[in-house]
Amino acid sequence: MDLISSLLELAQDYWPQFLRGLWTTVQLTVLSCLLGFCLAIPLALARLSKNWLISGPALVYSVCFRGSPLLVQVFLIYYGLPSVLLQFYGGDVPAMRESFFWPLLNAPFMLALIAFTLNTGAYMAEPIRGGIQSVPNGEREAALACGMSPRLLTRRVLLPRGLRIAIPALSNETILTMKATTLVSLVTMLDLMGAAGRAFTQTYDSKVYLVLVPFYLVLIWAIARIFALLEKRYNRYLVRKTV
Amino acid sequence: MKKIVLALATLGIALTSGAYAQNAKTLRLGTEGAYPPFNFTDKNGKLQGFDIEIGDALCAEMKRKCDWVTQDWDGIIPALKAKKFDAIIASMSINEKRKKEVDFSDRYYFTPGMMVARKGSGYKQSDLKGKAVGVQLETTHSQFMEARYKDVNLKQYKTQEEANLDLANGRLDLVMADSAVIDDWIKANGGSAKFERVGDFVRDPILGNGAGIAVRKGDKDLVAAFNKALTAIKANGTYTKINNKYFDFDIR
Amino acid sequence: MIDLQGFGPQLLEGVLMTLRLAAVSLFLGIIIGLAAAIAKMSSIRWLARGVDILTNLLRGLPELLTILILYYGVQNLFNAIFEDFVEVDGFTAGVAALSLVFGSYASETFRGAFLAIPIGQIEAAKSFGMSPFTVFRRIQLPQMWRYALPGLGNLWLVLIKDTSLVSVVGLQELMRKTQIATSVTKSPFTFYSVAALIFIAITVVSTLFLRWIEKKSRRGVRMG
Repeated sequence: MDLISSLLELAQDYWPQFLRGLWTTVQLTVLSCLLGFCLAIPLALARLSKNWLISGPALVYSVCFRGSPLLVQVFLIYYGLPSVLLQFYGGDVPAMRESFFWPLLNAPFMLALIAFTLNTGAYMAEPIRGGIQSVPNGEREAALACGMSPRLLTRRVLLPRGLRIAIPALSNETILTMKATTLVSLVTMLDLMGAAGRAFTQTYDSKVYLVLVPFYLVLIWAIARIFALLEKRYNRYLVRKTV
Repeated sequence: MKKIVLALATLGIALTSGAYAQNAKTLRLGTEGAYPPFNFTDKNGKLQGFDIEIGDALCAEMKRKCDWVTQDWDGIIPALKAKKFDAIIASMSINEKRKKEVDFSDRYYFTPGMMVARKGSGYKQSDLKGKAVGVQLETTHSQFMEARYKDVNLKQYKTQEEANLDLANGRLDLVMADSAVIDDWIKANGGSAKFERVGDFVRDPILGNGAGIAVRKGDKDLVAAFNKALTAIKANGTYTKINNKYFDFDIR
Repeated sequence: MIDLQGFGPQLLEGVLMTLRLAAVSLFLGIIIGLAAAIAKMSSIRWLARGVDILTNLLRGLPELLTILILYYGVQNLFNAIFEDFVEVDGFTAGVAALSLVFGSYASETFRGAFLAIPIGQIEAAKSFGMSPFTVFRRIQLPQMWRYALPGLGNLWLVLIKDTSLVSVVGLQELMRKTQIATSVTKSPFTFYSVAALIFIAITVVSTLFLRWIEKKSRRGVRMG
């Protein structure tokens, strides 16, 4: 049990770093998933639109953000945006720093949040779209027969039903986003993984990575628990099929 | 835990198609391969740079066959310890902290540190309070800034490249880095028309005493062999030839 | 081929490495996933439970962490076990991590697919006197693929992008080549954009191929 005691020792030496990293991970995951969810709903509806002027751009968005690595997206957003703004100001840094956008562009957290939100929004839109599509046709017809307008049909029937169907898949997307927060070291931020990396280069002891395992397990357990509660709450009307 | 370790081990053994025992005669040299002009990979995928040529010259002098291995900077000391290679020639500064982990040869070059800002900013080294300063994570330069300038807004980047980008972008007020490295980048990005040095070159014990070749602790024969070869190439003019190919100043 | 300041061929090499990594990991991952799915459905309680815990663990940890633990952990283990130095090279560690993670996700897809086969068919096969193994080989395995394909397709797309994580163990795949080209040419935005476009192109081609193969697998079957 040598391993365990040396792990505990490492955890003891570096716990403030780990806790700060954990907080960054939690904040980013929660905020980007909430905002991403808000983005995903209109995106899913746009993808289902019969008007290609609406569904086309939504498809392009979805392919770009789901098709390229998040690492590249974070890089282009964090390092690309300010250089675009600087070009706009003709290379005049002091003038650029006065601009309205600067406080946003100078905040790594905000830009990371934007990148993660755009990305997770694109991913979450897929199960929501699938959920809406799998609403039984009978329900759709019944709603129309009751005289609901397409808009009311979407609001009262398709979205609530579709979202409920999508809950398990959304839980997966949330876990994926949580795991992807390891990328924020690219923008000078320290998440859980970054904290371990820092401890690693201080001790050169690769066991610090094992210390992370319980941290991530707790996070995943928490996410799974939250979604289980959501599912229980919103899908309670469903009769469980007995096998 | 035991079960996991066991499972991982079994899998590792099952998958070591690429694993092979090391040839005892070949010396394996580790480098980063992304730190121009000292070590970098050119467009033909070949390793180039000052470190590489010095390493090759040393091997020729020692009459040993050498293979280069590239490895991310973060993991370069652990990889040495895990015997992925036998020596690191990657512009690693010799300092006390690292001496606890590895043994060093004599220094094979020395370049001071340098602070760089955008042209016309007029900063002084004595007054950097509140300035946004960028350094590369886990370098002697980041250790220097942490110890000597506690009142700056220090930002640590994974690579020097990213810190430089943020200097150009206007996010950073200045960057603290190795003078030869930052010089190389400035030349490619508008030169002295856009950037200026802040104060003098920086020399400090934290920045170490130049770059050395790192080997595993206790590998005394190898250190001795490197040192002997280093003296030889400095004496026979090989070193000067390589120096002049990359720099217009002496970095010995 | 666009020249890209001379780094075009290097990027192409990176693309090939990315595809090679992904293809080998897909192959091994499917085998691992199938084995894990069968283990999870087995009547041997401890086996089912153990595999379940292990796959959940691997699905939950960030891929980067899995790669690092495998790379350093197994290497140190080998150094302790063998007297001679046996190297765990980056490719092996990368493939091991990626295929383990892929296998863990795929095991759930496979399990779902096995369960989706109507129980009546299995009962019918049994009443013909087929042994459990024959039932598995003749009835379950051939039909399972149809249900598993869409899920596997998604996992493949994730896998392609995850290959960019293994650059930490020194593998020169597309992302690492991009970073090297960036540090030499000092034009990061060009190269990162090109990398993004290449990944998107691979995704689009894969998606079209998957759609075709899914359609093919559904020939003669009315689904839903």
